[in-house]
Amino acid sequence: MRRLLPLALLASLLVLPLLLQANPYLLNALIITGILTIGAMSLNLLLGFTGQLSLGHIAFFGIGAYVSALTSLGFDVEIGFGHRIVHEPWPPAAGFLLAILAAGACGYLIGRLSFRVRGAYFVIVTISFAEVVRLVALNWVELTQGPLALTGIPAMSVGVPGLGNWTLRTKLQNYYLVLAVGTLCYLLVARLVGSRFGRAMRGLKENESLALSVGINATRTLTIAAVISAAMAGAAGSLYAHYLRIIDPDVFAFSTTVSMVIMVVAGGKGTLMGPVIGGLIFGLLPVALRPVMAPEAQWIVYGIVLIVILFVMPRGIVPGLSALLARRRPAPAPLLKPSPAVQR
Amino acid sequence: MDQLIQHLVNTLVLGGTYALLGIGLTLIFGIMNVVNFTHGALYTVGAYLMYLAVAALGLNFFLALPVAILGGLLFGAAIELLLLRPFRGSDIDTTMLVMIGAGIALQSGTLWVFGGVAKAIPSPFPEAPLQLGPVSVSWLRLFVLGAALGLIAVTYVMINRTRLGLAMRAAFQDADTAALMGVNVRLIDTATFALGSSLAAAAGALLGPVYVVFPQMGGLAEVKAFAIVILGGLGNITGAAIGGFILALAEELGAGYVSSGYRDAMGFLIIIAVLLYRPTGLFAKAERVG
Repeated sequence: MRRLLPLALLASLLVLPLLLQANPYLLNALIITGILTIGAMSLNLLLGFTGQLSLGHIAFFGIGAYVSALTSLGFDVEIGFGHRIVHEPWPPAAGFLLAILAAGACGYLIGRLSFRVRGAYFVIVTISFAEVVRLVALNWVELTQGPLALTGIPAMSVGVPGLGNWTLRTKLQNYYLVLAVGTLCYLLVARLVGSRFGRAMRGLKENESLALSVGINATRTLTIAAVISAAMAGAAGSLYAHYLRIIDPDVFAFSTTVSMVIMVVAGGKGTLMGPVIGGLIFGLLPVALRPVMAPEAQWIVYGIVLIVILFVMPRGIVPGLSALLARRRPAPAPLLKPSPAVQR
Repeated sequence: MDQLIQHLVNTLVLGGTYALLGIGLTLIFGIMNVVNFTHGALYTVGAYLMYLAVAALGLNFFLALPVAILGGLLFGAAIELLLLRPFRGSDIDTTMLVMIGAGIALQSGTLWVFGGVAKAIPSPFPEAPLQLGPVSVSWLRLFVLGAALGLIAVTYVMINRTRLGLAMRAAFQDADTAALMGVNVRLIDTATFALGSSLAAAAGALLGPVYVVFPQMGGLAEVKAFAIVILGGLGNITGAAIGGFILALAEELGAGYVSSGYRDAMGFLIIIAVLLYRPTGLFAKAERVG
C-alpha cells in the first residue's frame, strides 16, 4: 500500500494531461504547482528530516532562476576598475546545471555560517539572505535589468547525443519535463533519507547530543543537507525561468517561501509523500478559490489553514491519514521490529 | 564632517524606533521561546491604527499615539490567548509556524481592508526643520526620538522595578522554578507578548508619520528586528536596545557613503559579521553550541 501510493500518483499524473488536453489554464496551474512542489520537497529535506527551517528558501529558487536565465541569455557587465565580464549565451541545459551548482554553493555558505550555532539562527540567516538577494536583483540593473525584468529567456532544450535536440516550447512538453525532474528529486530524497546519511540527519533531529556521542559530525551533516536542498530548489528555479521565459525580482517574494512551508507542514514534514500531497493540494487550491474570493482573502485563508492544520493534525495530512488507516485495520504485530522505515 | 554629524543625528532618530522593535522581539523570544513572526504585521497594525485615529477619526496626534500603542497591546494579548496558549508546550518550530500563519493572515488582512495604496499620516509639526548649525532635523523626527526614548525608559523601569517585571525576569531565567514559586507563568506569557506587541505597534505608529503607511511595510521591519536581536544576543534586552542604534548607524553610513540601494542590506551584513566573530551576539553570556 505504502509503496503503491507514489506509483499510483505518478501514473495518474502521467495520464492527467490527456484528460485536460484542451485546458491550457489548468495545465499552467499544474506546471507551476509541480515546480513549487519540487521546491517543497527540497524544503522538506531540511525542515522535515533535519528539523532546520529555511525561511529564505525562495533565495535558492530565485538564484537558480536568475543564473539559468543569465547563462542562456548572456550578459556584459562591468565589475569595477574598467574590467568587464562578457558572457556569450550558452544552451539552457547548461544554465540548468549551473543553476544547481550556484544554488548549492549558496546553500554551503549559508549552512557554514549559520550552523555554527543552533536555535533560531538558521531561520533568521536564511530569511535575511533572501532579502539581500532580492535587493541585489533589484539594484544591479546592469546584470539583472532590475524591475524591468529579464525577458526573452529561451525555452528549455534537451539534447541526446546522436539522437538530436528538442526544444520544449509547449505547455504539455514542460509539464512532462517538470514531472520528470520532480520524480527524480523524489527518488533522490528517498535514496538519501534511507541511506546512512539520512539516518545521521534524523538522528540529529531526534537527539543531537546522542547523535554526537556516536560520532556524527553535526555541522557537516547539516551543511550537506543544506547544499542538496538548495541545489534542488535551484533546479526548480531554473525550470521556472525557462517555462515562464521572463523573471523579475518578484520571484524572491517571501510569500512563495510561505507557500512551500505550508505545503510541507500540511502534507507532513519528514515524510516522502507529504510535500507532494501538500504541494498538489495547496498548489491547486488557488485555482479552486479563484472564482470565490480575492487574492488577499485567499492569503488570509492560507494563514488560517496553516494554524488549523498545526492544531488538528500537527504531523500533517499524510501521517495523520496513515495513522487513521492503521487504526481501522490493525496490522498483526511483527515478530521482529523492522528498522524504523521512512513513512511514505 | 557636517555630513557625518547629520548622519549621526539621523542614526539617533532611526535607532530609537529600531530599539523599540528589537526589545519587543527579544523579550518575547527570551521569556516565551517564541520566534514572533507577527512582529512585522503588528508594526504595520500600529501604523494603520495611527492612520485611522489621526486621518479617519480626526483624533489629536498626541492622543492617537497612546491609542495605537494600546491597540497593539490588545492585539498582542488576543494573539497570545487565541493562538499561542493552545500550543503551550509545543516545540519552537510549531509556534514559529503558527506565528507565520498569523503574520500572513494579519498582513493580508490589512491589505484587504486598506488596499495597497500607501497612506500618509498628517503631523501637527511645522514643515520647516530645526536648524542647529550645519545639521537640520525635522520637529517630527525629534518627537519620534523623544517618544522612543521615553518608551524604552518605561519598559526598562517596568522590567526592573515592578512586581510584574520581577516575575518576568524570573520566568526568563527558569519558567518551571518560577511557577513553583507561585508565579502565574501563563499570565506572564500573555503580558510579555502584549508588551512586545505594543512596542512593535509603537515603532510603527512613530515611523508611520515619518514615511508612509502601506501593508507590506512590516516585512522589512521584521527582518531588521531579527538582525537587531541577533546582534544583541537572542533574549538580551539591553543588547537589543544598543543593537537598534548600531543597525541604524550601519544603515545611515551605508546609505550615505556606499549606496542607498543597499541600505536595507546592512542588517544582513551585520548578521554575517556577528555570526562569524561573535555567534552569540555582542553582549551575550549564553554558551555557544556546535
